[in-house]
Amino acid sequence: MGTSSDIKLINEEGLRIDGRKSNELRPIKIEAGVLNRADGSAYIEWGGNKVLVAVYGPREAFPKHTQNPSRAVINARYNMAAFSVDERKRPGPDRRAVEISKVIGEALECAIFTEQFPRTSIDIYIEVLQADAGTRIAGLTAASVALADAGIPMRDMVVGCASGKIDGKVVLDLNKEEDNFGQADLPIAIIPRTQEIVLLQMDGNMSRDEIQEAVAMSKKAALFISNIQREALLERYKEKEVNEEGERNE
Amino acid sequence: MSKSSDEIVYGLKREYLQKISTEGNRIDGRKFDEFRELRVTTNFVPRAEGSAEVRLGNSRVLVGVKIEEGEPFPDTPNSGILTTNSELLPMASPTFESGPPNEDSIELARVVDRGIRESKMIDLEKLVIEPGKKVWVVFVDIHVLDFDGNLIDASAIGAVAALIESKVPASKIGLSDFPLPINHVPVMVTSAKIGSSLVVDPNLEEEEVATARISVSTDENGNIVAMQKGLGGSITEEELFIAIDNSIKVGKDIRKRVLGK
Repeated sequence: MGTSSDIKLINEEGLRIDGRKSNELRPIKIEAGVLNRADGSAYIEWGGNKVLVAVYGPREAFPKHTQNPSRAVINARYNMAAFSVDERKRPGPDRRAVEISKVIGEALECAIFTEQFPRTSIDIYIEVLQADAGTRIAGLTAASVALADAGIPMRDMVVGCASGKIDGKVVLDLNKEEDNFGQADLPIAIIPRTQEIVLLQMDGNMSRDEIQEAVAMSKKAALFISNIQREALLERYKEKEVNEEGERNE
Repeated sequence: MSKSSDEIVYGLKREYLQKISTEGNRIDGRKFDEFRELRVTTNFVPRAEGSAEVRLGNSRVLVGVKIEEGEPFPDTPNSGILTTNSELLPMASPTFESGPPNEDSIELARVVDRGIRESKMIDLEKLVIEPGKKVWVVFVDIHVLDFDGNLIDASAIGAVAALIESKVPASKIGLSDFPLPINHVPVMVTSAKIGSSLVVDPNLEEEEVATARISVSTDENGNIVAMQKGLGGSITEEELFIAIDNSIKVGKDIRKRVLGK
């Protein structure tokens, strides 16, 4: 975790610097089908995070040697815009982005029926337009919606939420300051229907009991966010219905 | 061999390893929570400030530490720098290619780095030469020489062993050399999911058929300092805590028996 400091992250009333309770999420908004060319897309606002996701595929995997004869290859690309953070980030993938892309791809692979599309690739482009801690989970959560929007068959929509430790207390969904000055961060993503864990990382210092508390907290939040994902998809479907009816009336 | 025949062999192997795992067995006869033979030779490269050669079963990794003067990061003027890199050398496996580090290599280095950094193993604040201007930079370089599975643990244990032995070459700037200030001793232990079993320290054959991998680094107080789930399969919450308990238990043994701490 980040540097230690004297900054107090939880006040006497047990509230965090942005006024949240320990188990309270930041506001989350998801929209499906936001791009024209992509096969599927989604946009998420999660606290100060703004992340756009596009899905292309399944399409013939290229170059050919990357093809898998028995299933689709999942290519996730997590990318941060140069202007998404306080100090300009040099454009292009750094080592952090490569690792995050890998774990996001692996998490989505757990849910996608890859065996239905041999020799193809499913390309998932995650663009972080503004970052405010928790971008990998925000990106992953939106990516699931974009995959569903692209009509790719999945066991369920993967969804996640980070938890962590600040001022010695386990809390949900760290913001930027809490991520910088807290003691642990634990991003986690699940398949809601089975509650299997598909992404899990952790850094900092936590006891076994604290991890148990954090995992339970994250899971509960993930199930809540799962509903926001579903609503975003339904909203997109509703719009279509209205449009189609409108056309018929003409 | 064509890719399709690869797939068939892979399928058969997976089936066999899953089958024996339901009977509580592993392909090399180990128990589920048993590490392979682990041998660590420190000071393998005396020219480095610290080094360790690790043989974990038939996996072989060489970790070298170099410590040099450098500029601190602007946001941490009163702290030395730790940086970790790994190279999956083409000599180590027919599947490794030369060239810039791929995502496996980057993940390996970053997970090893996380275990060291988050445990606060090295007292980086004692590596300041001139605040804001000059600090010691600790370079940990992981050379994978022979690949027979579980590179994460072999590399992490090698890095910790090499750092424990490392000396800061302060005589180069007119001071006297001093041992790298060490506060904690993290140990990484990885479990792999085969069928519905979790096995510690997977060898290559096990790694090839595993659906998920979970690496957990613990410190000497039994606290968890870093975790990473890998591969494209899922784990249950119960399995996560089996992996954590494996790591605490096996880590304690390795810390004492192999690292002498």
